[in-house]
Amino acid sequence: MSVPKDKITVEGLTGDAAIAHALKQADLDVLAAYPITPQTIIVEDYQRFAADGEVNAAVIPVESEHSAMSACVGASAVGGRVATASASAGLALMWEILYVAASMRMPIVFTVANRALSGPINIHNDHSDGMGMRDSGFIQLYCQSSQEAYDTTLMAFRLAEHHDVLLPVMVGIDGFIVSHNVERVEMLPDDVVEKFVGVRVPIQNLNPNTPLTLGPLALTDYYFEFKEQQSRAIMGVPKVYKEIEAEFEKITGRKYGLFETYKTEDADIIILAMSSMGGTAKVVADALRERGEKIGVIRLKMFRPFPAEEIAKAVGDAKAVAVFEKAMSFGGAAHPLAVEVRTALYEAKERPMVLDFVVGLGGRDVPPTTFVDGIEKTKEYLKAGKAPKYETLGVRK
Amino acid sequence: MATEDKPAVSIKDMLKREPILSSGHRMCAGCAAPTVVKLMGMALRGPTIVCENTGCLEVATTIYPYTAWKIPWIHVAFENAAAVASGVIEATKVMYSKGRYEHEHVDVIALGGDGSSFDIGFGAISGAMERGHDMVYMCYDNGAYQNTGIQRSGATFTGQETTTSWAGSKIPGKLERKKPLAEIIAAHRIPYVATSEPYNYRDFITKFRKALEVEGPAFIHAFSPCPRGWRSATGASISLSKLAVETGLHPLYEVINGEEWIMSGPSKRIKELKPVDEYFKTQGQFKHLFKPEWEDFRKRIQDQVTHDWELLKKKCGVD
Amino acid sequence: MSEKYNEIPMAGNILEPGNSEKYKTGGWRAEKPIHNNEKCLWIKNGTCGRCWIFCPDMSVILTEKDGKYSYAYNYDYCKGCGICATECPTDSIHMEKE
Repeated sequence: MSVPKDKITVEGLTGDAAIAHALKQADLDVLAAYPITPQTIIVEDYQRFAADGEVNAAVIPVESEHSAMSACVGASAVGGRVATASASAGLALMWEILYVAASMRMPIVFTVANRALSGPINIHNDHSDGMGMRDSGFIQLYCQSSQEAYDTTLMAFRLAEHHDVLLPVMVGIDGFIVSHNVERVEMLPDDVVEKFVGVRVPIQNLNPNTPLTLGPLALTDYYFEFKEQQSRAIMGVPKVYKEIEAEFEKITGRKYGLFETYKTEDADIIILAMSSMGGTAKVVADALRERGEKIGVIRLKMFRPFPAEEIAKAVGDAKAVAVFEKAMSFGGAAHPLAVEVRTALYEAKERPMVLDFVVGLGGRDVPPTTFVDGIEKTKEYLKAGKAPKYETLGVRK
Repeated sequence: MATEDKPAVSIKDMLKREPILSSGHRMCAGCAAPTVVKLMGMALRGPTIVCENTGCLEVATTIYPYTAWKIPWIHVAFENAAAVASGVIEATKVMYSKGRYEHEHVDVIALGGDGSSFDIGFGAISGAMERGHDMVYMCYDNGAYQNTGIQRSGATFTGQETTTSWAGSKIPGKLERKKPLAEIIAAHRIPYVATSEPYNYRDFITKFRKALEVEGPAFIHAFSPCPRGWRSATGASISLSKLAVETGLHPLYEVINGEEWIMSGPSKRIKELKPVDEYFKTQGQFKHLFKPEWEDFRKRIQDQVTHDWELLKKKCGVD
Repeated sequence: MSEKYNEIPMAGNILEPGNSEKYKTGGWRAEKPIHNNEKCLWIKNGTCGRCWIFCPDMSVILTEKDGKYSYAYNYDYCKGCGICATECPTDSIHMEKE
């Protein structure tokens, strides 16, 4: 049953502030975090809620991101609802514990204002931090707007804590572009969120009544079996996500899917991008369609697990997929997003050409003209029947 | 576990308690760390959760599918038990207030060896102490990274030979001094810091209980001999703990609120320190120090230990 | 050790506290502690117990029944370190080659 309009609070919020509101309404038990731009507003706002007694949660102002994720694991192991936030170098410092959090099956929600990795040190957006953790076992959901950040953060708790999942979830927004940009956000009433998100029901938690040993040493005889469990758990995520989102849609009327498709049905060339680039890509598709070019867009939300089969289906018989991505895998056959997309499409009957355009590193602007450049190149490559494995756009060379 | 009004310090009381660590663990023969844990168990007062750093004790007590631990236990990584414990403590409190955790209070103990406490996890301990979480952090100090094969740590003694501080023809083992970790933690002005070792087990248990009972963080620096790394007799681990106290290499004391220094009984009763040579002679890792060319170096170690001892006596107001 | 991935608990969690007792470490032993009742303070009056207190392997078994004290080793786990023999104040324990 959808929530009546007069119960909805509408506010102009940055992406960070929208996430902070979602965390407040999700009734956390523990938030442990360390400040880093451009994530800081999330924790600052949440601390203000705590100072005003609006939340009943412990906020642990840890001395490092490594300890932030470690404290989250401890709190989650007890059975708490737990969140943290970070970006870039801070996320990199967490890296060791990201893997442990996932392998110990701790349903932590990790909100990230995606930012370039050092060096040189740079505070602006790209996806090198998120891509760096792509094999950690975290579920990864990239958002395009403040509204989506709010919605996704709420859904993330349901997803993480679902007993068929029990995995940590990263909710990503583009640093500054979304984290610091004020947008109209519709917020649900507290009681509706409370009902939707529910209370975490822990299993196998740290508890003096049933003394468990968590995080033992597992060697050649058992380690692999635990990895099999973990792999199966994450591959089951899309099904659970769809169920949760269907419920969310009933309440709000909003849904995002594993990815969003825009005018892909008859498209010759599909732009595939994540996060805030999705919006620009749609404008470009509209403009080019006015010139008679059949351009569509896939804006990917769920990068982990990667919805390979669904993507292949959505691409259909398009002639080319132009991937625009904001990260590099130095020396790789292609860059992270394109590697996934090419693999997803390898078995397709009419295998489309997959172009890999690396754009926007270190916050370099990705204006519509960059997409147009990429589309023009794609058309050339289609004509020539071959293309480079990847190329950078928007860099002086 | 049941609530215990007082710690068990007599054999009769100890026998009434179920050890928190069971047999079948795979610590080396003669390692003192399981004894240290056993004594810790004698101090417990009720529901307890242990958060442990990676290290010998962690690895050898929880080789899947077996665990030697009889109380709730978690290991996450090498350097973060203090941070994990912070999360455990705060989560239990909040969840209890929301009616989602049965225990109003759980004693939370963070454990680590000297590598994870003196070195890699030092920042996490300092942070946890500064934030004031009500935990006991205990470092069991066996003087090197024994788990990875006897590499030097911040806790390694001057002159000690390890696989990264070899005694060669030019260098006589570790040249640097041992980091005064307990003093550094005491400087955080936390309610309770104590040094201990298993030989003086009553002192050990009493101190651990005090550490549990103070409100706020407490830190225990427990000496823990390692026959494998030290090249000492497996049966000597407890007597070596005693000798470390008697030579002033591991003096026993307490620090209250970072300002009140109290020399503990076994150290207080010492009229004159035994020479460090007596300690060095018991272990292969110090054997090289008795070569004529290191005579002066050995003397300088003795001078340093004597100097530190005098300094400690002054702090504790002992003549 | 033949369990499949779905036949073991999640994430390596060990659900049975103290199950390391199923793993016998007695085979590590090169020397064996032998106890003599004669001078033992535990046997005499139920005091001392230093061997029990210091044993890192929880392999000393001290029992009391109707005011009578008895002493035993659990050789399933005793690794033969000799701490009990060293710390015994009455020399009631000696080590023998296995």
